[in-house]
Amino acid sequence: MGRVSVKYVSRIFTKKEDGTGTEALQKVSFDVEDGEFVCLLGPSGCGKTTLLRIIAGLEVLTSGEITLNGIPIIGPDPKRGMVFQQYSLFPWRTIIDNITFGLEMQGIKKAEARKQVEKYIDLVGLEQFKNSYPYELSGGMQQRAAIARALANEPEVLLMDEPFGALDAQTRNVLQDELLKIWEQRHVTILFVTHSVDESVFLSDRIVTMTSRPGRIKEIVNVELSRPRCRTGAEANRLRDYVLKLLEEERFKR
Amino acid sequence: MKISFIKTIKENSIEALSLMVAVALWQLVAGIIVHNKFLLPSFYDVVTSFFVIIKSGLVTDILTSLLHFSIGIAAALIIGIPLGISMGWFKKVDRAVDPIIEILRPIPPLAWIPFGIVWFGLTHQAAGFVVFVGMIFPIVINTYTGFKNVSKVYVEAAKVLGCTRDIDLIRSIAIPSALPSIAAGIRIAMGVGWMCLVAAEMFGASNRGLGYQLWFNYYLHRMDFVLVYMLLLGFLGLFIDRLFRYYVDSKLLRWTAGTVV
Repeated sequence: MGRVSVKYVSRIFTKKEDGTGTEALQKVSFDVEDGEFVCLLGPSGCGKTTLLRIIAGLEVLTSGEITLNGIPIIGPDPKRGMVFQQYSLFPWRTIIDNITFGLEMQGIKKAEARKQVEKYIDLVGLEQFKNSYPYELSGGMQQRAAIARALANEPEVLLMDEPFGALDAQTRNVLQDELLKIWEQRHVTILFVTHSVDESVFLSDRIVTMTSRPGRIKEIVNVELSRPRCRTGAEANRLRDYVLKLLEEERFKR
Repeated sequence: MKISFIKTIKENSIEALSLMVAVALWQLVAGIIVHNKFLLPSFYDVVTSFFVIIKSGLVTDILTSLLHFSIGIAAALIIGIPLGISMGWFKKVDRAVDPIIEILRPIPPLAWIPFGIVWFGLTHQAAGFVVFVGMIFPIVINTYTGFKNVSKVYVEAAKVLGCTRDIDLIRSIAIPSALPSIAAGIRIAMGVGWMCLVAAEMFGASNRGLGYQLWFNYYLHRMDFVLVYMLLLGFLGLFIDRLFRYYVDSKLLRWTAGTVV
């Protein structure tokens, strides 16, 4: 089970030199239900990545509270897996050893861990490359491996920070399809940061749109499209148009 | 076996030719133009002296020098790597240790020879100590730099995967990530240490070893012997460096194969 609850979260970055602060997030509140796929969408610099990093425990909040299944988040924890925008596989470990990393940290022996992660390697289709080093893989394969590495810890919620942002358009579409398949199979809660309207409309159950800095919630849009979705269906286009207009309003506000 | 040998000569024909020309030139200049065994021993002189030296106990001198080198490198690794790691990982250690290192570092390692002798006497440790002084700084500084350059995304990825204690992060993330830099530091240190070794043995911190023999033969004005020891030092240094590089590149740093072509 993975129910994330964000309550009145604010984050102010203070400069060390003069003590002036930049408000990145202002009283952000929303809930993510168990098994839900939610996208955080907003203009660049709106604090969506900051919010995700706070949920991951890599960043602290200035005020407010975030809970996972009712328990406040205070630091990083394997219950909350994360996939980064940059390639984050450990280059000194082979693909399979990257994926077993989380299990090894729990004290599971390497041989046993390798057996356990076999199903995740299958899930992302990297059987052939499990003994390769990251530099031997394409960007798309590296992000697949990063997803498998996060899933191997069996997290309650998977946090994804523009994971397909650095990939070309075709690879991105393929990985979006695969991610949805994984999400349906594993039934994990996903919180996905993106700046792409298309991506959010195609993937999520709900889109949390944010205002430009300081980041507040602008509107939470329900995506009531049946799955599997068609990228270019009339209903999807209408929704895309609606969300684009929401973001455009933000652009003129600056 | 024979075929592969011939092939190697073919593949490295330019290198081999260059070496042969250099030796021939040397022999020509020394034998016909200079014609003075004291000023410039010829290639032939050096080869004959080499066999004399082998008979008179070359192996002991090589082993002695290697022992001095081993003492120095072992001490430098045991002290230098943990020091570099703690300076790179903990800011307070860095601030505490850095000024001391910055003051000691510019002192030429050879300036430590007198204290080496006073503290350790004419023992292997005295020569090893000078080698150690030469090696410690490149090791500390490269380990430190490697740790400073550990990418933040690896540390964060490790943290969200459940690796949160300093000791685990250092062992599982920072050390492997800094390994190329640490290995480069050790290589630089081995070069410096090798030079210090010769100087330490020459200036009295030992009564055996290749450096000692080099200086001893200089006193006897046997310059052909001096040249043999010089070349031996060069070849041995080259051999140690190649051995280290082979081991590190093929065993420890295979994962970097894609980054440097």
